[in-house]
Amino acid sequence: MNALNAIVLPIAQTDIQGRSGDSCIATNGFCPSWIADNIGEYVNPFLEHIYLTVVSVGIGFALAFALAVLAHRVGWTFGPISGATQVLYTIPSIAAFFLLLPITGRGNLTAIVALVAYTLFILFSNIMTGLGNVPDDVKDSARGMGLTDRQLLWRVELPLAMPEILAGLRIATTTTIGLATLAFFAGGGGLGVEIASGADRVFKSNVAVVGALAVLLAAVFDLLILGFQRLLTPWRAAARA
Amino acid sequence: MTVLASLLGDFAEAIEFIFQERESVSGGVQVGGLGEFADLTFSHLLVSVVAIAAATALFVPLGLYLGHRGRGEFVAISVSNVGRAVPSLALLAFFIAYLGIGFANVATVLFLLAIPPILTNTYVGVRQVERDAVDAARGMGMTDAQIVRRVELPLALPTIFAGLRLSTVAVLATAIIAPLANVQTLGTPITEPQTYGTTGQLAASLVVAVVTLGSDGLLRLLQRGMTPKGLKLAAREGAAQQKTRIATPIPTRRESTT
Repeated sequence: MNALNAIVLPIAQTDIQGRSGDSCIATNGFCPSWIADNIGEYVNPFLEHIYLTVVSVGIGFALAFALAVLAHRVGWTFGPISGATQVLYTIPSIAAFFLLLPITGRGNLTAIVALVAYTLFILFSNIMTGLGNVPDDVKDSARGMGLTDRQLLWRVELPLAMPEILAGLRIATTTTIGLATLAFFAGGGGLGVEIASGADRVFKSNVAVVGALAVLLAAVFDLLILGFQRLLTPWRAAARA
Repeated sequence: MTVLASLLGDFAEAIEFIFQERESVSGGVQVGGLGEFADLTFSHLLVSVVAIAAATALFVPLGLYLGHRGRGEFVAISVSNVGRAVPSLALLAFFIAYLGIGFANVATVLFLLAIPPILTNTYVGVRQVERDAVDAARGMGMTDAQIVRRVELPLALPTIFAGLRLSTVAVLATAIIAPLANVQTLGTPITEPQTYGTTGQLAASLVVAVVTLGSDGLLRLLQRGMTPKGLKLAAREGAAQQKTRIATPIPTRRESTT
């Protein structure tokens, strides 16, 4: 199996040297100048990555939200929905990509279906936790004020459940950003494409750029959702002061 | 109908591949069959268990300490959450430069991957323990170490286990890319379609799914076995009003509103 390495390394070096004439590249090192020269190549995979993340988490959230409202209203559906989403969560995404291939074929769709399946459980269980944590006396007072079930859900329960719901969204988003680097297995694009082939995998500068972009993306999304949470739950800031 | 038939055919062939070895796509070697899949499953589990055990041994204590002291929330929650986005593929590649290819490399990557859920859940689990219970323990004259071991740890166990299960699922899933660093796992047939063919990829995906679901089931049983009796009783009593609390594996800290 060392033979594999012996084949891959030289190919990697010639391939990468072909892209640029830098001498740092011959040692497979971390080369700022190479990164500066080639950063343009990462723009498209990066945008694809954002697309995969936003679409998957968006669809996942809509589905999980609908399921949670159903489970909240119709108590007995909680068990089956929770169990089913958990099974979908547990199946590894790469395995899901290949299990889906005969059905949806190679491409974006397969990647998105697998990623959505993965986020459902995180989002569903956090929405349910949030709704379950709303104090009973608050609900009682709302009913006493004459709110209907629907008003109670939208005006009282969901706003109070917001911290848990958004915490779930943060976890789902960062996890999806990480998993989307594997979407290339399903032909779904994303940043993973840049480290998919043997040649790119051994080149440190390339790997560092991909890793840094993924972490940067996650940090930005995480802060955005956190900011959104502050905006949506002004009473918590007031309580803290 | 024909679509469905060909679909069933694909899966039936994959299942046959698991039990019956055959000649590889490129010819010359026999691949598939129960023997090979058993070996691959074993090495898949071995590297995963090493990583999870190390992460548990180091980061449950750290989470207990931080949670007990109420310190380091930013590290335990925010850094940890962003850490989930670090692509394991990039880590694997990164460590090739320092650890070379092989078991140490893959085990390190999986170890790092296992940390965030374990650390976050331990921290949150301890923070969620009722302050009254801790005060009562202190009033009884327990030292800090006793409070952690005999009050906070048992009460946080369900949440810690939930984190352990999240880590296990993530680690078993990621061990699929181990062959890229030259460790043979169930990912081997998936990453080498030139030898195993698409049937092999599908077969290995099926086995991985079964192994992951099985491991998660086992941990769930273990979790049930280790949850203190009092908590189970409380959960049963509270089940009528708060049925969602028990099954929730991803905790979020709710600050007291009073």
